[in-house]
Amino acid sequence: MSASARVRHADPFPPHWGGRALKLLVVVYALYAASTLDVTWSRFVSGLGNGAVFIARMFPPQTAPDKLQLLYEGTLESLQIAILATFFGVLLSLPLGFLAARNLMPRPVVWVARAFIALCRSLHPVIVAILFVKAVGFGALAGALALVVASLGFISKLFGEAIEEIDMKPVEAARAAGGSFLGVTIMAVLPQVAARFIGFASYQFDSNLRNSTMVGIVGGGGIGAPLFTAYQRFDYDFVLTILITVIALVLATEALTGRLRRLFQ
Amino acid sequence: MTAAATTPPPRWVRFTPLQRLGRFATYLVTVAAVVWSLKTIEIIPEFLYDAPEQTLDLFRRMWPFDWSYYPKAIHAALIETFHIATLGTLLSLVVAVPFAVLGARNVTRVPALNWLANFVFVASRSVNSLIWALLFVAIFGPGALAGTLAIACRSIGFVGKLLSEALEEARPGPVEALTALGAPGPHVLLKGYWPQIEPGFWSVTLLRWDINIRESSVLGLVGAGGIGVALDAALSNLYWDQAGLILAIILVVVLVVEVLTSTLRRRII
Amino acid sequence: MDTHEPTRDPSLTIRSLVKAYRPGQPVLKNIDLTLAASGVTAIIGPSGTGKSTLIRCINRLVDPTSGEIWFEGENLVALSSARLRLVRRRIGMVFQEYNLVERLPVIENILTGRLGYVPFWRVWLRRFPAEDIERAFELLDAVGLGSDFATRRADQLSGGQRQRVGIARALMQQPRLLLADEPTSSLDPRTSVEIMDLLGALAEREKVPVIINIHNVELARRCAGRIIGMAQGAIVFDGAPDALDDARLATIYGGEGWLQ
Repeated sequence: MSASARVRHADPFPPHWGGRALKLLVVVYALYAASTLDVTWSRFVSGLGNGAVFIARMFPPQTAPDKLQLLYEGTLESLQIAILATFFGVLLSLPLGFLAARNLMPRPVVWVARAFIALCRSLHPVIVAILFVKAVGFGALAGALALVVASLGFISKLFGEAIEEIDMKPVEAARAAGGSFLGVTIMAVLPQVAARFIGFASYQFDSNLRNSTMVGIVGGGGIGAPLFTAYQRFDYDFVLTILITVIALVLATEALTGRLRRLFQ
Repeated sequence: MTAAATTPPPRWVRFTPLQRLGRFATYLVTVAAVVWSLKTIEIIPEFLYDAPEQTLDLFRRMWPFDWSYYPKAIHAALIETFHIATLGTLLSLVVAVPFAVLGARNVTRVPALNWLANFVFVASRSVNSLIWALLFVAIFGPGALAGTLAIACRSIGFVGKLLSEALEEARPGPVEALTALGAPGPHVLLKGYWPQIEPGFWSVTLLRWDINIRESSVLGLVGAGGIGVALDAALSNLYWDQAGLILAIILVVVLVVEVLTSTLRRRII
Repeated sequence: MDTHEPTRDPSLTIRSLVKAYRPGQPVLKNIDLTLAASGVTAIIGPSGTGKSTLIRCINRLVDPTSGEIWFEGENLVALSSARLRLVRRRIGMVFQEYNLVERLPVIENILTGRLGYVPFWRVWLRRFPAEDIERAFELLDAVGLGSDFATRRADQLSGGQRQRVGIARALMQQPRLLLADEPTSSLDPRTSVEIMDLLGALAEREKVPVIINIHNVELARRCAGRIIGMAQGAIVFDGAPDALDDARLATIYGGEGWLQ
């Protein structure tokens, strides 16, 4: 510290200026960004009031038969969207994942496949749903197609990576034995990745189910449409009914797929 | 194994019959579910025949982009999206870290607190960020504040759960050593656990930030600020040339952020 | 600081110590033991005989089922957790797996020995007191590593080097008792001898009594002034290394066949 201090050794913890600058930068940024949010005391206070009204109007949850019918149909449709999107997404991910595996495919093919996968993953499913609503009209099909795209983006990526991690010896043995590409795939590659693939698929089903409740906001079918309509009409009691149903469904499905994953471990 | 064995060698069975039954049932249920969904889902075939034409029409309307819209509305909205995602991530860290400590069973040995933390994580994760956004728009009115809070609330569970698991997977040895030499609890946390989970912490944070950039682009559809507001405006006016530009920009931003975060994460690990 | 002469005063007294992880199946059966305030004591015995449990009961990493452990006028078994922490600061421990914080530099690992004394903000900002840093470097030399190692990360070291850091960390506490739980079991034979010699020499220099759990009978004979043999949770031998003949070893380890 001072020159008179008896320091035999260099400071073992020299100041890390780069790190300090970065931390300072993050703090300054956070303060600046927060200032753009227009957080004021009056807004906070009125927010509390609004929140109280919001919650008060939520209770008791709406249970009128016609609403429950709406809820039932919407939830069922969301479930169907998730099932179909996962099934077809997984089916199409199989070839796409192979094309994206560097240890099996030539470079250019891998690049094209990966670019396509990145494209599928980069847009939020709800945005993709907007495009499909334009292409195939309002309804469950648009939502399902949007989620097929999302599934492609995630599963083919993971699947491609899983294939890259496989043991190449059986593949080479099968190739050396004169196996066709399809034969090599079925005999040497699939057995090594099948278990993980089922894991990916079940995770994707969880994810698709969550999103299938949302694509309705832009006209993609499912429970999202009644939810958004109820919200815009201030029918907060029905909003609560829908939310409880959706959360229960999501949690139940997660528990189920979790057990499935253990079964297929 | 050997011919000399008098008793038959125990046959190694990969799965118990119950497991095999479970697997078979899973396949069966999956097929049934798909068939059921295909049969009952409402699809209007006329729309489907029309699809290629509609898609082509969509692209024709999008191109050329209306570049003049960028300085007018997109730029500010894009910056706002960035703020929502980043600030939301930072905010979620502030809440998630203490709860992660409470949730880790090896750190907090009070089952009630573990349970509380896990409840918070599940509650946060099981509500979609769009729904969180609806909630906060109703409370604080439309705008980026609602979006930021929505992103934060959705991220708490994700970050908290992963951090909690990282804490539980930390090697107990160093922690035991620090406990044995009389270090107080906070010191043990700081020097025993934190150095072990630090790479994971940054990795999870970057991963969530990447996801949040993507998620915050749609929040505007329900009025919670960001580029989604501009997209919503363009869509409701059927200005597809503006909408196309916005989609292209979202695409580029998301890809750049993904490359950036995955590079950083590789460096950390 | 610690300049007191080695005396005949007992440093540690254990009275009818029992530990049963599962009720009715005690791992330690009524251990009585008194340790002098200096010298190396080795505990030998077959695996699973409760050596490690005994040593961990002393600093209460394992809570005893019953009995008393007297250390510097206090019964450790009865201490509240706050008081226990203060006592633990005076008991150093060296582990089989070193238990270093791998991603921290060597010097910081040694400095963690002072964690019971240094306030949180100093630890957070890595502003350890200058005299602690001085002593850490001194210990780094003393364990034979030298200041070149100070800024290396602990996970870049070999096993022997790690154990040297572990010893330096324990001595950094200026302990009044040093516990070593199988300190050489993860090391090769040659390094084991080096580490045991180092431990003995430093214990003498710092005038701190040491209790070592050890598998290797030869190493125990070489380093310890007193050997305690344990079998099935009880002490079956207690005496000087010379008194440990084959017959005694047979009582400790059961049978003779393994000796040949």
